[in-house]
Amino acid sequence: MIKAILIFNNHGKPRLSKFYEHYTEDTEQQIIRETFHLVSKRDENVCNFLEGGLLIGGSDNKLIYRHYATLYFVFCVDSSESELGILDLIQVFVETLDKCFENVCELDLIFHMDKVHNILAEMVMGGMVLETNMSEIITQAEAQSKMEKSEICAFLSLCRPLSFSVPDRTGRRRPGLLELQHAPYRPSRT
Amino acid sequence: MALKIVKGSIDRMFDKNLQDLVRGIRNHKEDEAKYISTCIDEIKQELKQDNIAVKANAVCKLTYLQMLGYDVSWAAFNIVEVMSSSKFTYKRIGYLAASQCFHEGTDVIMLTTNQIRKDLSSPNQYDTGVALTGLSCFVTPDLARDLANDIMTLMSHTKPYIRKKAVLIMYKVFLKYPESLRPAFPRLKEKLEDPDPGVQSAAVNVICELARRNPKNYLSLAPLFFKLMTSSTNNWVLIKIIKLFGALTPLEPRLGKKLIEPLTNLIHSTSAMSLLYECVNTVIAVLISLSSGMPNHSASIQLCVQKLRILIEDSDQNLKYLGLLAMSKILKTHPKSVQSHKDLILQCLDDKDESIRLRALDLLYGMVSKKNLMEIVKKLMLHVDKAEGTTYRDELLTKIIDICSQSNYQYITNFEWYISILVELTRLEGTRHGHLIASQMLDVAIRVKAIRAFAVAQMATLLDNAHLLTGNTQRNGICEVLYAAAWICGEFAEHLEDPMLTLEAMLRPKVATLPGHIQAVYVQNAAKLFATVLQKHEGETDSQAAQETSQLLIDRLPLFVQSANLEVQERASCILQLVKYIQKLQQKNVEVAEEVTALFAGELNPVAPKAQKKVPIPEGLDLDAWINEPPSESESEDEKPKAVFAKEEPKHSRSRHTEVDEKELARRREARKQEQANNPFYIKASPSSQKVYDAPGVEHIPVVQIDLSVPLKVPGMPMSDQYVKLEEERRQKEKADKKKKEKKKKREKRGKGRKGDSGPESEEDITPAHHVDIVTEEMPENALPSDDDDKDPNDPHKALDIDLDKPLADSEKLPVRTHRPEVLKSPAEDRDDNTIPQETKKKSSKDKKEKKKDKEKDRKRSKEDKKKKKKHKDVEEELPESLPEEVVQSEETKEVAVPPTSADVVTVSSSAAAATVDSSSAAAAESEPEELKDTEPDDTKSSKHKKKKQKKEKEEKEKKKKKRHHHHHHHHSDAGAEDSVQNGTVEDEEPLPPMSNYSLLAENSYIKMVCDIQGNHQDESKVVVSVIFENKSDSFLKSMEFNVLDSLNSKLQRPDGAGPHDGLTVPFQLPPGVSNEARFVFSVQSIVMPQKLKGTLTFIVKTDESSTHEKLDFKLHFTCTSYLITTPCYSDAYAKLLESGDLKGSSLRLEGVNMPFHHLLARICFHHHFSVVERIDSCASMYSRSIQGHHVCLLVKSSDQTVSIDAKCDEPSLLGNVLDEIKQTFSKC
Repeated sequence: MIKAILIFNNHGKPRLSKFYEHYTEDTEQQIIRETFHLVSKRDENVCNFLEGGLLIGGSDNKLIYRHYATLYFVFCVDSSESELGILDLIQVFVETLDKCFENVCELDLIFHMDKVHNILAEMVMGGMVLETNMSEIITQAEAQSKMEKSEICAFLSLCRPLSFSVPDRTGRRRPGLLELQHAPYRPSRT
Repeated sequence: MALKIVKGSIDRMFDKNLQDLVRGIRNHKEDEAKYISTCIDEIKQELKQDNIAVKANAVCKLTYLQMLGYDVSWAAFNIVEVMSSSKFTYKRIGYLAASQCFHEGTDVIMLTTNQIRKDLSSPNQYDTGVALTGLSCFVTPDLARDLANDIMTLMSHTKPYIRKKAVLIMYKVFLKYPESLRPAFPRLKEKLEDPDPGVQSAAVNVICELARRNPKNYLSLAPLFFKLMTSSTNNWVLIKIIKLFGALTPLEPRLGKKLIEPLTNLIHSTSAMSLLYECVNTVIAVLISLSSGMPNHSASIQLCVQKLRILIEDSDQNLKYLGLLAMSKILKTHPKSVQSHKDLILQCLDDKDESIRLRALDLLYGMVSKKNLMEIVKKLMLHVDKAEGTTYRDELLTKIIDICSQSNYQYITNFEWYISILVELTRLEGTRHGHLIASQMLDVAIRVKAIRAFAVAQMATLLDNAHLLTGNTQRNGICEVLYAAAWICGEFAEHLEDPMLTLEAMLRPKVATLPGHIQAVYVQNAAKLFATVLQKHEGETDSQAAQETSQLLIDRLPLFVQSANLEVQERASCILQLVKYIQKLQQKNVEVAEEVTALFAGELNPVAPKAQKKVPIPEGLDLDAWINEPPSESESEDEKPKAVFAKEEPKHSRSRHTEVDEKELARRREARKQEQANNPFYIKASPSSQKVYDAPGVEHIPVVQIDLSVPLKVPGMPMSDQYVKLEEERRQKEKADKKKKEKKKKREKRGKGRKGDSGPESEEDITPAHHVDIVTEEMPENALPSDDDDKDPNDPHKALDIDLDKPLADSEKLPVRTHRPEVLKSPAEDRDDNTIPQETKKKSSKDKKEKKKDKEKDRKRSKEDKKKKKKHKDVEEELPESLPEEVVQSEETKEVAVPPTSADVVTVSSSAAAATVDSSSAAAAESEPEELKDTEPDDTKSSKHKKKKQKKEKEEKEKKKKKRHHHHHHHHSDAGAEDSVQNGTVEDEEPLPPMSNYSLLAENSYIKMVCDIQGNHQDESKVVVSVIFENKSDSFLKSMEFNVLDSLNSKLQRPDGAGPHDGLTVPFQLPPGVSNEARFVFSVQSIVMPQKLKGTLTFIVKTDESSTHEKLDFKLHFTCTSYLITTPCYSDAYAKLLESGDLKGSSLRLEGVNMPFHHLLARICFHHHFSVVERIDSCASMYSRSIQGHHVCLLVKSSDQTVSIDAKCDEPSLLGNVLDEIKQTFSKC
């Protein structure tokens, strides 16, 4: 089981938090802070596993994270998940985001948290891995976006579309997340 | 006009969407909190708007704020509103918000049941998908119970996208509603072989999660998984399966043998590291389970270790880490094969990555032997010196102690070395583990008699120096060590070279800065030292020196008498008085030494933490019997001994109590034997006193449990940090001391055979010749009961575990009926039959148990078994049919009603309608005939299904109903208008109707149309008609055109440019057996009256040879109900509304309503789009709103089958019509 998925930036600002168990908002923030604390002080070239996610459920749990450019992607998982598999999943997640946002960067996540959630929902559901095939994830995510678009055009031409306005991309010249990524590490691909 | 207002508000409100909010927050870095609070105010305004788009936007922003840590639970109600929007866009926003902030405590969740059910059965797969995703995050036991059946149906959905989500969410459902596990399991198992890899993977996922908690229940699936493992190419699936096997093998060694070969092959062949790693892991698990001989056993181990070495040597830190992790698993059973890689592991200790170092430390723990212990510890000590950061250093420290003390100091050959290591560790700055070191010192000094002299000398030095260094630090963890040092010096004072010196050291004023509990030990042990000194002086007849000693104490103790710490104060004043008294005696030249020494006489022995528990209850002693008859208020008496127990158990320093005990006992043992049994203070004495019963000779032998993996703890000590380090000088001096003493000891005391131990290098002592046997020392004391099951009481199982256990235990033992009301015997048995045959093959032993337990049932079953064999198919049909009944059973007690019929149909459809069906209603329709076939024989010749007999009594009622039901159906189908269960029966027959609003629109031999009419949330003049078209024929239906004759009041919305009589093309074609839904928008002017519109559907039926034009007429019935929109309302707003006086009243009486009140409410809510505002007993207020904003309020009261409804509305004719419709709904019951 995946207990939580957190994305935060180099300063610990949350960009996405998905908890698959209920915590109060305060606890959630505390978990994010502590996780950031644990993860951020690690060097780039050390292993991506951390034991003792004390706040989330005990010794069975591990933090598995990856650092992409300005963002940390952290998965808190228990022992039923394969460590390398999860690392792979994070990579799939980021690559999917990259496809969906075209050269994804932190700004995309900042302004489109809902969209990121929707993409994530196609990969992980209720803490279990739902789909790992990137093209399938993208197909489903895009089909839903299309539906959304058509609904909005048909019924709400009055208003500005909800989440599809492209935010001003002035800060867009930052490198995408994947550009700075160390050589992809994907042991479970065959 | 109204439209304008809405538009205006949209313009205003849409000033800020999510992006704007984010941007705003980013631009207000200075006063973020303030900015957000104004945003929240805006959001609150937006949520008050009627426009769903505005609400959705607001909810979307709230979701973002929730991530930032703002509590948004206050908007839960609005989230529900957005969830129930008919538009996917908003629905998704609503579900996302719900999944982020709903939880079991969210009360509005109970309002969502029907909405979710509707979404689950939506023809749009993404509606369903979004609902499933959301549900997976906030499913509650109630939701799980109410929706389990719907979700189970979805597991057989035509679309893999839905199937995989439905399969996955079942795990959550099982957790919340364990009773669903057994009914759903057969289908889950089926999904393991689903043609779609995604679904398959999901099923594997779920079963793996389940099996991890209760592996034994899933052993029967092993062959299936084995097949999957050898056939699947999906690494994700393989990894899961292989992990699962790792959990299963310990239970079934034969499985392990089979696994070795394919796993080894995989290890050799795969290029995927993750898979390789999991294979190695499972092979290790297999080898562990096979601990005894297997032919190529060592080859496999060798292979694993080899592969792991490759991982560890890899430059990738992740692989290195995992390699070490797996290595430590091998270590437990095959330490030898790992030990040969010691070099590699020691190398990892130097790694820059802390996680890797910690892993390596773990490994070292298991690799230690008598030979290499000192070497390894020496290496670790070097790391301690180098370590940066206290966490890692503390970890090192605990590891060193763990390594040395493991299995009863098994690997320590020279305890002097160990003591010096401990002393060296005290030099650690700021460690948190002072108490750990202290407890080790105490433990070793107590257990290893031979070491006491050395230990005392070391401790004396420590005390002497500690005193110089404590001054400036109040909080230092390491000073705990002084606790041990003081105690050891006092207790074993006879070994002290110069007790007077130590005594003086212990009474220095600086001691008063130490923590209280340490001071207390100081004071008490000063008294012990005093006794020793006195004895020494009196032996030398040096009365002057003796009196000086007394004077010293009298001078110094007052400092402690003033201590703020109670215990220090008490002990000090007590001892002070004693010394004063002694001084008086001394002045009279009385010899006192012997008597003072007697105060502390007696040998101390270690007592295991659980010793007391181990004491056998002597024959004839009834611990529960009253010793004295309890007085009327026995509690107070009772309480006292308990309190004593509680105080005692958290282990004070044992020494003190034991000592007092010893003394008292010596005086009064005989008289108090009886009481001792009950007095917990006699930790040590009580066993011995009891032992008297069987072996009177060994009175003094205390109970000792040898299990020392848990070191003696000195609890309750405040932790502090920072201890002033010992200077370099002192270190050298200490070393010199040590050397001297060692040499001395070597010379003076028994040669003891420390052959290679050259004094000067006690630390680097490598020769393991020094033999201090603690085991023999404590063995005799262990004579009392041996340990059995100490670890059981403290296994903290997750709630989750327990949840799962229940149903699974059932599946083993068959006492199923308990949680399923009697009625359901047969379904339960059915299922058991289905699962058990496989299990019996696998584990006959378990079956035996089962058989014993329910012999009767077994008999029944065997009969049925025969039948089963005859008609296998029957079973399969019965199975799904019977499941829903259970669900219904449980639901009957709850608010939401789903009748057996609907359930029947829905699940049967899984087989019948597996073909295609998109929506449950369509499914229902399709499976109708089958149900008829299936149940009719039941009625006529029930002998066919023997099980039916068994539940006859209970079912009789139901059957009658069913009969009626079937007749009804029959009737209809005869008439060529076979009702969909959802509509036809819903409202008229069963006491517990399926909650669907789809009603039959029209039907002929080609096509069937069912429809649901709903007001449009966004537009006050629009009504949406959702029509499900189902192709009943074997031909292809295309070019469907939907047309309605408009009335003045109601018009079909046609695209721009279309004429007022043009039909609308249905945007899809229907292959045979397929159904699909289309929505049509109607504009309505007045909504106060119901109305009917005539319409026609034209379509082309295309077969291979020909194509024909066909048409079907229908009548659309717009009830007033369909203009109402479920709108939640808070009770205060509701009250205001009623007070306003704008509403006109009307009322309605329903006689002979024979259903539970909550069903009644559920019906009104569901069919008439009301929401419950408040409910008190059998009285409830309800609210709804029309699309044009009319408020409709109901007050529903129920008593003795009579329901009275008082209603108020600002539009009397609308109200009248709605009431008529409600009446009609219930008159059909």
